[in-house]
Amino acid sequence: MAGKVKDEILYDHNHDGIDRRGFLKCMAWAGTGALCVMSGGVLKSYSLSRLPELSAKDAMGELSFVQISDSHMGFNKPANPDVAGTLKAAVDKINGLSAAPEFMLHTGDISHLSKPEEFDTVDQILKGAKPQDVFYVPGEHDVLNDDGKQFLERYGKGTKGGGWYSFDKKGAHFIGLVNVMNLKAGGLGTLGHEQLEWLEDDVKHLKHSTPIVVFAHIPLWSVYPEWGWGTEDSAQALAYMKKFGSVTVLNGHIHQVMQKVEGNVTFHTACSTAFPQPQPGKADSPGPMKVPAEQLKSVLGITDVNYVQGQHALAVVDSTLA
Amino acid sequence: MRRSVCIAVLTTTLLFGAGTITTGPKNVLASAQQKPETTEVKIDNFSFGPATLTVPVGTSVTWTNRDDIPHTVVSTDGVFKSKVLDTDEKFSFTFSKAGTYPYFCSIHPKMTGKVVVQ
Repeated sequence: MAGKVKDEILYDHNHDGIDRRGFLKCMAWAGTGALCVMSGGVLKSYSLSRLPELSAKDAMGELSFVQISDSHMGFNKPANPDVAGTLKAAVDKINGLSAAPEFMLHTGDISHLSKPEEFDTVDQILKGAKPQDVFYVPGEHDVLNDDGKQFLERYGKGTKGGGWYSFDKKGAHFIGLVNVMNLKAGGLGTLGHEQLEWLEDDVKHLKHSTPIVVFAHIPLWSVYPEWGWGTEDSAQALAYMKKFGSVTVLNGHIHQVMQKVEGNVTFHTACSTAFPQPQPGKADSPGPMKVPAEQLKSVLGITDVNYVQGQHALAVVDSTLA
Repeated sequence: MRRSVCIAVLTTTLLFGAGTITTGPKNVLASAQQKPETTEVKIDNFSFGPATLTVPVGTSVTWTNRDDIPHTVVSTDGVFKSKVLDTDEKFSFTFSKAGTYPYFCSIHPKMTGKVVVQ
């Protein structure tokens, strides 16, 4: 494991375990697959190609789950004429993971046009995945025309208000948030007053040592507001998380992997299983990015997350479908 | 006597009509009697083009989505609201009152535009 030393943090200016160089390294690997292990607030990053060097303890935890996002069932344009095929490939990838995930998170845009048959197709394909439990939050494409009524009927049983909820798994607290409803002209994603109040109350009684996983569709950090890639009132939500030692925020929406660490919070966005979108500002619009057919699966993917109880560790691994 | 009144009215009408040819009001009269004028707004690359459109009262504006991603056209003040427009789908609204009508895409709210009706 001598080579591993090279990948550990070299400078820790903010005493948060993250130096700029280490962070950029993690960002650079993210596009092709990276493992970021956070342990006691310290993030260590390794490239996927070196995973075999890691011990099982480093890479696997007592709780393993998978995030998928942006399946856009019903999309049929040149950027991907077969989104059902690539979702099936994502399921194959999940079924092939060495640490079997206990459940899945779907961070929204399940469908492209909120059509019942689009949701039906996704449900059918996900039945083929080993983990049978799926926890959903809606994307803006899932709540078209009916203010999310259909989404809530299908996936939101037992949720609060517009579909937000929380649950506990092996000592970790999971919070599903909705930031795609009641969007205002010129604005970004929105959580809204009612949801923020619920959130404050939801985390109030948790121990500071409880690992928190927050998942929502639109990023809860300002990725690129010019394209609407952010959430107006996310700062308020994150303020309620300040007391916790480990907070992991998982989002979709931008169809590419990005990661950012701010103090105790690790932000992470997942690939789409349907089509890629351009890097912020690198195109005229955030519309679907067409890549040569043979490269498509290398820009789609899933995110595998492992949690080691008692070690504060959440390991986030992105794998492409290639 | 009655006949001469008719002629006088006719003459006045003709004179008035002749005058309007050079000053322009005839076009207003003509458009009011015909179908409303139509004007297009194109949705390309997550933006409305033109972002500000100025039209006379009675104009029907048609939005066409030319993106690979669905959009909507929703009045900020609740005056009009399209259903979701997939690629190449259209939405039309006829503006019968003067005013400024800001609107946005409710799926991608960074997309905004306005119609000024005069």
